[in-house]
Amino acid sequence: MAPLSHYLALSAILFVLGAAGFIVRRNIITVFMCIELMLNAVNVAFIAFARFNGNLDGQIFVFFVLVVAAAEAAVGLAIIIALHRNRESLNIEDVDSMKM
Amino acid sequence: MNLEILLLLMVLPPLAGAALNGILGRHFPQAAVSLIGCGAAGLSMVFALLSAWIYSTSPGQPGPFVHEYFTWIQAGELHADYALYYDRLTLIMTLTVTVVAFLIHLYSRGYMEHEGGYYRFFTYLNLFLFMMLTLVTASSYPLMFVGWEGVGLCSYLLIGFYFRKKSASDAGKKAFIVTRIGDAGFTVGVALLFWTFHALDFETVFQRVKELPPGQLEGILTAAGLLLFLGAAGKSAQLPLYVWLPDAMEGPTPVSALIHAATMVTAGVYLVARSSVIFAHAPMALEVVGIVGCFTAFFAGTIALTQNDLKRMLAYSTISQLGYMFLGCGVGVFAAGIFHLMTHAFFKSLLFLAAGSVMHAMSGELDMRKMGGLWRKLKTTHVTFLIATIAISGIPPLAGFFSKDEILAGAYEGPLGKPWLFWLGTLTAALTAFYMFRGLCMTFYGRSRVDPETAHHLHESGSKMTVPLMILAFFSVVAGWVSWPKAWNGSEAFDHYLDPVFAPATNFLRDASPEHVGGLGPGALMGFSILAAVIGIGVALWWYLKSTDIPDRLAEQWAGIYRLLTHKYYVDEFYDWLIVRPLGTVSEKFLWQVVDEGAIDNVMVNGAGEGTAWTGNLLRRIQSGNITSYAAWVLLGAVLWVFYILAAHG
Repeated sequence: MAPLSHYLALSAILFVLGAAGFIVRRNIITVFMCIELMLNAVNVAFIAFARFNGNLDGQIFVFFVLVVAAAEAAVGLAIIIALHRNRESLNIEDVDSMKM
Repeated sequence: MNLEILLLLMVLPPLAGAALNGILGRHFPQAAVSLIGCGAAGLSMVFALLSAWIYSTSPGQPGPFVHEYFTWIQAGELHADYALYYDRLTLIMTLTVTVVAFLIHLYSRGYMEHEGGYYRFFTYLNLFLFMMLTLVTASSYPLMFVGWEGVGLCSYLLIGFYFRKKSASDAGKKAFIVTRIGDAGFTVGVALLFWTFHALDFETVFQRVKELPPGQLEGILTAAGLLLFLGAAGKSAQLPLYVWLPDAMEGPTPVSALIHAATMVTAGVYLVARSSVIFAHAPMALEVVGIVGCFTAFFAGTIALTQNDLKRMLAYSTISQLGYMFLGCGVGVFAAGIFHLMTHAFFKSLLFLAAGSVMHAMSGELDMRKMGGLWRKLKTTHVTFLIATIAISGIPPLAGFFSKDEILAGAYEGPLGKPWLFWLGTLTAALTAFYMFRGLCMTFYGRSRVDPETAHHLHESGSKMTVPLMILAFFSVVAGWVSWPKAWNGSEAFDHYLDPVFAPATNFLRDASPEHVGGLGPGALMGFSILAAVIGIGVALWWYLKSTDIPDRLAEQWAGIYRLLTHKYYVDEFYDWLIVRPLGTVSEKFLWQVVDEGAIDNVMVNGAGEGTAWTGNLLRRIQSGNITSYAAWVLLGAVLWVFYILAAHG
């Protein structure tokens, strides 16, 4: 079986990809998907630890993360639709009215 | 009944009266206000008499009676109780204060009837009486200081009683600020005593001073004595802090009588007399007391010669008489000083109250040049004023003669007496007789110079005012008889009565000073003092009744001196130039424009605002509104956090 470090490396690569995408990309939906990617990168790490430590803690955590991610996806997509109706744009740079 | 309860019953009624009138008096009718005010003062007097009687028949007499009611301050070594101290000196003081205060309360019912602020007046008057009683019954310097400041506060409130008048409120402030200089001396002096003796109550401090051999700690005691005397000079209007008292005449006349003639201003004399043991061990300080007193007596006497305002003349006369009291204490005959304090309280309050009666009749006029011939209309006022004038001039057998004579005799042959003090005091006695009779003649005798409008309203005051005058006139006659002089086969009973209080001090002084040999005998000294009074009176009658053109001619001939005297030696102007004006300039140019506007307003207040705005400007660049950058910050933070944890635990 592959050692723990391989799983963690995969998790880290996925997380960094997500984070980089979050920062670099301008399309809101892409950004949103990057967030999901980071969450799942963490999930990978949790599952790996659960498997190697021989308990269920990590797996239970992943359930919670999935539930929260689902709820977040519902709210987030609703916000994106409202935003698109309002601004006629999905560019994240158009959403900057929260500054002085 | 127990003395400790009686003492509380003596001190507290005026406080209760002040509280009642002060809080609810606005809604009471005048009759209720005066009933509460006078009732409180009356109760005080009754209990003062009762305590005197109980004390005099108690087995502990003549030692001091001290009772501790509760601990007031306890901080390390510093320990002060609310405790009252009662001995023969306290007895004299409480009786004098309560009797005079009660009579003046009665008089005020009539005097203040149409003046407005009736309840306010009685509130202050009662509060004053409470503070004065606290001052004289206190058993320690801190408690005495409470009374000391309390009477100062009441004095300020009452001088500025007509606060809508600028001159009155200014006079109040002047009195408060000038006495503050003295109070600073008082506090430092008390601190010095505490530092030396580690105690503040009279019993312990005096006991420790008594145990000192001659000469030991003399430097510290001299400093403490001089500082205490500075406090006394402020409160009792002595050189150089006397300037507030003449201005204090802006207050209602009963106030001038009670506070600025009979009681509060004598607090300084009481302080010196109470601390007699300390002064005895610091003869240099005591000598300063005597010399300052003597000079003040003379100095104020000369100013009084040319005053045309009746109350101001009486104010300078008060300063002069207070000088006599300090002269008495300063030459080591403390009992004579206290004796004069008592007789002076009667005749000087009578003079002021009679002056108030005149003022009442004259629709507020106080300029003696616009009076004259008033004796026809103001019969009672005239007779009582005449009695008080003779009493203060020192003609036997009225009260002022006995006390003044004792002081003058002491100035010659007392432990620290010097002939020149006697001669200057005697000269002042002549001046006193002269200016008092000048005032009497200008006010009551001669051709009437009253303007017709006022003359029309001229009337004697009602019985509310004249009865207290008559009672005080009675005391002005008989108060001196308690100490019939030795030269007339008397026993000087009053002095011997106070011996237990002052003996430690006077014996110590007598042991230290050389025996007086030769010189004038007591009879001759008395002769000189009577002669001085007679000359003063004679000249006054001659100049102001017979040849009334002489004063004007003299004023023209000696124009320089006359102007110097009418302008009160330009002392007010000098203080204005030396202290008030520079203080004003420094306050305006430095404290206001540099410190307040520059340092506080600009640097601190505006600086705080501008600094916040500047930092905010810098920090708001972070708030770009760009979600991407926020995310980058979060990420950066998370990465740093991970590194920190790795570094800390790794």
